[in-house]
Amino acid sequence: MRQINPIFKREFLGYFRSPVAYVFLVVFLVATIGCAFFLGQFFRANTASLESYFGYLPWLFLFLIPAAGMRLWSEEKRTGTVELLFTLPVTTLEAVLGKFLAAWAFLAIAIVFSFPMVITAAYLGNPDWGILIASYLGAILMAGSYLGVCSLISALTKNQIISFVISVLICFVLALLGASVFTNFLTGFLPVWLVDVISNFSFITHFDAFTKGIVDPKDLVFFLSLTGFALFLNVVALER
Amino acid sequence: MIEVSGLVKTYGQKRAVDGVSFRVNRGDILGFLGPNGAGKSTTMKMITGFLRPDAGTATVGGIDVATDPVAVKSKLGYLPESAPAYPEMTVDEFLGFIAEVRGFRTAAARSAVVERAIKLTHLVSVRRQTIETLSKGYKQRVGFAQALLHDPPVLVLDEPTDGLDPNQKNEVRALIKNMAVEKAVILSTHILEEVDAICTRVIIISRGKIVADETPAQLRARQPGARLDEIFRSLTSSDA
Repeated sequence: MRQINPIFKREFLGYFRSPVAYVFLVVFLVATIGCAFFLGQFFRANTASLESYFGYLPWLFLFLIPAAGMRLWSEEKRTGTVELLFTLPVTTLEAVLGKFLAAWAFLAIAIVFSFPMVITAAYLGNPDWGILIASYLGAILMAGSYLGVCSLISALTKNQIISFVISVLICFVLALLGASVFTNFLTGFLPVWLVDVISNFSFITHFDAFTKGIVDPKDLVFFLSLTGFALFLNVVALER
Repeated sequence: MIEVSGLVKTYGQKRAVDGVSFRVNRGDILGFLGPNGAGKSTTMKMITGFLRPDAGTATVGGIDVATDPVAVKSKLGYLPESAPAYPEMTVDEFLGFIAEVRGFRTAAARSAVVERAIKLTHLVSVRRQTIETLSKGYKQRVGFAQALLHDPPVLVLDEPTDGLDPNQKNEVRALIKNMAVEKAVILSTHILEEVDAICTRVIIISRGKIVADETPAQLRARQPGARLDEIFRSLTSSDA
């Protein structure tokens, strides 16, 4: 596993060598914080919490994370650097983990950069720190799961657009399965226990618990195992 | 040092490599010739572990690339066709990354090998430029630099003088000849004069099969007085 480090460093610093990363960070922040203010009425809601920020995240991730993840492997295949990478003394697993962790770290930075909102809430009121920390943890874990899916899809095609569109579709399904609109629709004709099972496959179901301040092992397991499974398939896809 | 036995690779209906076997010993510079699509690059990609053979084995230094690919890759220096590299990195940064992946963990060790590689390939003037801004000739030399960085006992070079001007071609050939004393080198080329210039042995591949495996002198002896390209054509003319 020693080779993860140089690959991680290269990828992570590589983000900051290109203007695209900075543009992405700005768009990410404008989208997430913009929704918190304009759709979520952050100040009007008059509560010292970041619900209005975290509430929209699963849906914003739907577009933002495939945008970051679509180039992870598609770019390497397109430019031919995949041939360089896989003739270096690294295992496929090390390469996949190195790139994934770098992208995840980058997304974590994008999420944590909403900290001015935290400072604002702390200055104007008395927020529940437990809920805040749990929410950030949940957001970062959820981002990891979205990214795992996107990285896997990106390994299956050279074309970044196809990678983006398919990632969005799959993430959409995974998010939708837990959205209240959808579950209400399902309970109309399916037994409640079946609807519960279905919604347990969704990002939203498990993220909700974090936003309420609950760090439940089953939610941790969901995100980590989904990410792990996506990465496993990613390795398999590249070794073909 | 390199032993290839019965390698087969099929793409759909087409047998790109059809039972190729040969050896390369230390001190050999093997010229791999053949028409486009004959299977030269595919064979090289199987030796370097980038592609998995459908049948047959490739061993480097006694290690089978299928059983221990990472060990084989540490003994190899590979220059893929079109010399891929990460475009947003500078030459220094890129070679530093390769050095780290190749096991040079301390900054001092890394800068020593990078220095040596840059001097050998005459990249001093462009070392701080990003790779995407380099001309084709310089990009090719960056690829060559990364292949010889760790002074490997085996070099696999896919068209190393491709796109270079006559002076640069000369330099690269001189460099290969100098290094080859202690190493086993395979290089593929379309340039028949390279065969005379540096190769100690020649293999001609046509349609996935070896049609000649001998020294340049023996190759010429097939048709005394004829030019090399005439001999080449007579051996490979069955290719459309």
